Amino acid sequence: MSTLDLFSVPPSETADLLPRRFRDWFASRGWSPREHQLALLAKAREERSALLIAPTGAGKTLAGFLPTLVELSGELDRKGTHLPLKGGGRRVPARDGWGSAAGAEQAADPHPNPPPFRGREPDDLASDEIESKAVRPNLVSTGRGVRRSSGLHTLYISPLKALAVDIARNLETPVAEMGLPIRIETRTGDTPVSRRQRQRRYPPDILLTTPEQLALLLASDDAPFLFASLKRIVLDELHALVTSKRGDLLSLGLARLWTIAPHARAIGLSATVAEPEQLARFLVPQPGGARVSADVVTAGGAAPPVVEMLDTRERLPWSGHSARHALPEVYELIKRNKTTLVFVNTRSQAEMLFQDLWRMNDDGLAIALHHGSLDVAQRRKVEDAMAAGRLRGVVCTSSLDLGVDWGDVDLVINIGAPKGSSRLMQRIGRANHRFDEASRAVLVPANRFEVLECAVAIDAIAENAQDTPPLRTGALDVLAQHVLGCACGKPFLSDELYDEVRTAAPYAALSRTDFDDVVDFVATGGYALKTYERFARIKQDKQGRWRVTNPKVRQSYRLNVGTIVEETMLKVRLVRSRAGGSGSTGVIARGGRMLGEIEEVFIEGLVPGDTFVFGGEVVRYEALVEDQVYVSRANDKDAKVPSYMGGKFPLSTYLAERVRKLLDNSRAWKGLPDQVHDWLSLQRKFSRVPAVRELLVETFPRGGSHYLVCYPFEGRLAHQTLGMLLTRRLERARARPLGFVANEYALAVWGVGDLSFMIRHGKLDLNALFDPDMLGDDLEAWLAESALMKRTFRNCAIISGLIARRFTDEEKSRRQVLFSTDLIYDVLRKHQADHVLLRAARGDAATGLLDLRRLSDMLARIHGRITHKDLDHVSPLAVPALLEIGRESVYGEASDELLAEAAEELVREATT
Amino acid sequence: MADVDFVADCSGALFWERQSLLVVSDLHLEKGSSYAARGVLLPPYDTVATLSRLAAVIARHDPRQVIALGDSFHDRDAHARLSGPDREALAALQVRRSWIWIAGNHDPALPSSLGGVVATEVAIGPIAFRHEPTGAAGEIAGHLHPKARVPTRGRSIERRCFASDGERAVMPAFGAYAGGLSIRDAAFARIFGSPGFMAHVLGDNRVHAFVASRCY
Repeated sequence: MSTLDLFSVPPSETADLLPRRFRDWFASRGWSPREHQLALLAKAREERSALLIAPTGAGKTLAGFLPTLVELSGELDRKGTHLPLKGGGRRVPARDGWGSAAGAEQAADPHPNPPPFRGREPDDLASDEIESKAVRPNLVSTGRGVRRSSGLHTLYISPLKALAVDIARNLETPVAEMGLPIRIETRTGDTPVSRRQRQRRYPPDILLTTPEQLALLLASDDAPFLFASLKRIVLDELHALVTSKRGDLLSLGLARLWTIAPHARAIGLSATVAEPEQLARFLVPQPGGARVSADVVTAGGAAPPVVEMLDTRERLPWSGHSARHALPEVYELIKRNKTTLVFVNTRSQAEMLFQDLWRMNDDGLAIALHHGSLDVAQRRKVEDAMAAGRLRGVVCTSSLDLGVDWGDVDLVINIGAPKGSSRLMQRIGRANHRFDEASRAVLVPANRFEVLECAVAIDAIAENAQDTPPLRTGALDVLAQHVLGCACGKPFLSDELYDEVRTAAPYAALSRTDFDDVVDFVATGGYALKTYERFARIKQDKQGRWRVTNPKVRQSYRLNVGTIVEETMLKVRLVRSRAGGSGSTGVIARGGRMLGEIEEVFIEGLVPGDTFVFGGEVVRYEALVEDQVYVSRANDKDAKVPSYMGGKFPLSTYLAERVRKLLDNSRAWKGLPDQVHDWLSLQRKFSRVPAVRELLVETFPRGGSHYLVCYPFEGRLAHQTLGMLLTRRLERARARPLGFVANEYALAVWGVGDLSFMIRHGKLDLNALFDPDMLGDDLEAWLAESALMKRTFRNCAIISGLIARRFTDEEKSRRQVLFSTDLIYDVLRKHQADHVLLRAARGDAATGLLDLRRLSDMLARIHGRITHKDLDHVSPLAVPALLEIGRESVYGEASDELLAEAAEELVREATT
Repeated sequence: MADVDFVADCSGALFWERQSLLVVSDLHLEKGSSYAARGVLLPPYDTVATLSRLAAVIARHDPRQVIALGDSFHDRDAHARLSGPDREALAALQVRRSWIWIAGNHDPALPSSLGGVVATEVAIGPIAFRHEPTGAAGEIAGHLHPKARVPTRGRSIERRCFASDGERAVMPAFGAYAGGLSIRDAAFARIFGSPGFMAHVLGDNRVHAFVASRCY
């Protein structure tokens, strides 16, 4: 066992950094402090902010809190406060890799006792009791009451509120066992009002919370009172937080904190990322113009994971994402291991897989399901059962990508596309959180293209190659929310706030124009037509300070804080099927058992009579009435509509590049399964295998239509956008396109016109067709009506505070909100195309649902490098794409042709 | 309808050629500023957007008379908030034609200064024009903002529509910020009685007819 022991650091230095009480505590648990834990202590002593890069199970959280614990103990020691011992120092087995276990029996204890202080919530105590508690705070008059002289020392921010609660619980253990006089509290959306109020008056030493709650705390008059004493900020799972608008919000909150508490230092805890230096910028105030980073501490010593691809005995499917062919083998793996996590990419896949596994579960293995749409209580139950070692397998989605480590997971299975190497590594890290032992993982590709993706992902992991995205540019809609929040607190001056905002790394390059436009937007909507002065939400006083105009604005801000815009969900109810099935003339029996909730977007794509899997069974869609979806039980074994929504994340640019290289190097194909090797060889024989930098375009006739298939490997989102733009151009070229389908690797367009003939006779120029200028007028014209763009705009409208999602008085249903933002989009686009919200939406479209940046990079890359193959029939490589037709909905914009066609079909149906 | 031929315009207006009468419903002018007064700062361009669409359809048919079928303004004070240019644009549309404002629930008391005549309902031949539908034969009403979702080739398209069974009709809302109510809502079943009524769905360049029960 290669445990890092005390002596890898000179003993004198350890003694210097870690007080005796801590050393004794480590020793009493049979642990020794790890190098990176000591390194963070050293950074703290030097008053440096630091980013800790460490894999799961490296004692990351304890490392983040050690400086706090040491400081708080030392501080009080110096003041001579007597330290009574609390909690009796009961030993709690290691569950989270707080330190390195010298004896494995502790970590392996399957019955972890609850930490001693669980259940004794401070809330149970009246506030006067708190003052008389052993802590004995020094009370200071503040003019409006009394408070402790020390105040809030450490703020911990986690992306998940459940994680904040768990960490608080786990932190109680060392605190109790060492008898440290430290008060730890959490603040989440669930914290009762009484405790929130008390937290403001009597701040704990350590407060654990989320980015949204931080924003709320900052948007109040007493924020300076609460945070002025702050010394340490611990940001957990930073790699996950910074990739979204929540990261933008957090960065702005940090910028505020740096103003209120200039001496506060940050510690970021992160999984391995591609650019640690870049991530470390997040932790320190950015001076104008220059770039500074916090120090980076990297935990070494983790054993590289052992990852293999399932070499299935079955026939590998051409397309699809269910991996149903491999399920008996997956089941065998679960059976052979103690506890297995089975990761899939979407909620519906998780549902389907769970159902299929139970169908073959003759041994009655305890297999559970965990995904984001499940009830929170249900999820916690699964997590607890897992921690207690009662489960053999959990089918889960990215819902388990983060969070405390629990249970003894000895195998991770990833079903389907890995999408990115860093993402996959983090998932694999969920297995075996004993840091120094190798995690084991099996990748199960669901189709032939995914085999290629898995193969390159395994190589990437062997090289420890990371592909986390670069740091975001801060979004303007989030800034608008922050500006309103600031005005809800102490009134601000534009100049000062502008300087403060730019200390946040994502906003370091924010232009003054953008900032002023955002402030203008918050005040009166930012419209060129100045008619809303009298309705202003914030106004400047004589000194030029912005403040909110009325308390309602403040109230609305509090209700609507946050950047997570949930999908509109509809309630699903089970009713009896009507005779005739798909006809919708009968009356639906109302009521029915509630099965759960489903995304409105999914239901909108269905036609009554379609079947899909929900809540573990196949159901038939009957009707949508208001916000209720009525379904009946279908006896079909398979659902007609696979509710595969593609997953949130596209194939990473990095893995895509590696897949292209693998294809281009036929010698490397030997390592692939025979079926895939044969498939690629056939492709080479009948058509061509695309070279690294070229774009292969194939055209061929099939079943009365003409097809064009190309292979950009840029992910489904970018391909969808490309498909939209290509069909517009093909329409103009009179090729009469009918539709297209996109997957992660390829795009297929079909139509009436003979594309091969047109290309052959110079009537269609492929270089012109794929010219990057399609991102000009064609894109603009499409954006005018794109449903994806409207969804993007809706999110910006909600986050920026233009549209409320929660209301103080009358509740307005969310369906109405969705509809009205579409109308607002149309009107705004026509009358003020450069409005700040439209700019924000376009910014999102570059990387979000439309993935424009990637498309534009690709078009530049392949410019002048298109290879056309004029074929008689479909090529082997094109088969997977063509199989998606009809499975996935055909995208195309609403047009008279579609409506007319639908009408004709119905007439035909009615008259024959 | 009731032996009268109407042209359903794809803008959402209804044209009675023999009477040279154009009908539009639920303009909801100044809805944006109405929200703004309550703190929701919607873009203040809805009135100009609605009026310019109205100008286009009036230019297309050049009617002698125009009926605005109620809820022409989003609230009681909305007419007072019309901007100068919008007020002028509206006045220009009223030149050389008779203009009838039907009172709606949003604008029950319109002042005469707006030009035209204010009425609660109007009957022309066999047809009665009123804001809220009662289900009476020969009635053309608005108020409900019908919209329909039509399934086509594996996806669906949602648009505003006229709802009619040949005896009575409910017009789509014309206003830029007016939302919609699905024609599968019980409110329509109450007016039409049987589910056999039609949805005349507004396309980009024409109107498409569907049996309402086939929409959702």
